[in-house]
Amino acid sequence: MFSRTVFSRTVRQTAFSAIRPAATPVGPSPFSLSLAVQRRLLSDAVRQAIDKAVASAPVVLFMKGTPETPQCGFSRASIQVLGLQGVNPDKFAAYNVLEDQDLRQGIKEYSDWPTIPQLYVDKEFVGGCDIVISMHQNGELAKLLEDKGVVVREGEQAEGEKRE
Amino acid sequence: MAAQTPVEDAIRQKITAALNPTTLDIYNDSHLHAHHKPMQGVTSTETHFRLVITSEAFKSKMQPARHRLVYSLLKDELAQEGGIHALQLRTMTPEEEAKRSAQETGTN
Repeated sequence: MFSRTVFSRTVRQTAFSAIRPAATPVGPSPFSLSLAVQRRLLSDAVRQAIDKAVASAPVVLFMKGTPETPQCGFSRASIQVLGLQGVNPDKFAAYNVLEDQDLRQGIKEYSDWPTIPQLYVDKEFVGGCDIVISMHQNGELAKLLEDKGVVVREGEQAEGEKRE
Repeated sequence: MAAQTPVEDAIRQKITAALNPTTLDIYNDSHLHAHHKPMQGVTSTETHFRLVITSEAFKSKMQPARHRLVYSLLKDELAQEGGIHALQLRTMTPEEEAKRSAQETGTN
C-alpha cells in the first residue's frame, strides 16, 4: 500500500518566478490510509515518508498550496522570503499539505509544531512563518542559507530565470 | 453572563500564569480572515490571533523553543474544532524588547 512514491514534491524551477504558468503537481495521494487512522498517531510509514520528504532537498518547505499558488497568506509570505533570499530552485522542494491528510497531520507531530508552513534546511527544522520572517529581517536566514550553499550567487542565474 | 472572548481570555490566563510576561499584547485578527475558504462554516470570532510576548522565561531559548513553549500552553485551543486556526507569535526577552524599541526610536 505504501509502494508508491512519497508525497508529491511540488518543486519546480519556476518555484520563485511567475514566468511560466503554474505547474500542476497534483499526483495520486501516496497514502490510502483512512483519515481516522492517523489522527494523533504518527505511523512508521508516514514518519518514513516525511523523513524522505525532509531529505529530498537542502531546503524544504511544507506549505498550504503550491509555490505558484499558495493557499494561505503565511505560506505565501514564506515562499516570498525564500525567493527574496535567492534560494536556488534546484535545491528547493515544497510539499503541499492540503493534498494529503496524512502529511498534514503527520508533519505537525513530526516537527512538534502545530502550524503550517514549516521550513527545513539540511533536514533541520528552522521554524514557521514568523521565525522565517524575523530571520529574514535580522540577517540570520541569509547567513544560514549562504552557509549551506543553497542560494543562487550573484551573476549566475537560475535556469528558470533566464527565459525572460 | 458568558465571556465574550473565551479564547482570548484563555490565552491571557494561561500565558500570564506560565510565563509571567512583562508584555502581553493579544491581537484578534479574525475579522480579517473571516471570508477565507478554511473559515467557511466557522462561527467563532476567535480564530486568528497575533501575540507579542516579552518574558524572562524565553531567556537562553532559541526562537523555535520559545514558540513551542507557547504552542504547548495553548495546545487545547489549537486542537479544538473551531478553535485557533492561526497564531502569529513574537517572542522576546526583556533585553531584546529594550534593544528593539531603542532601534525603532533610533531610525524614526
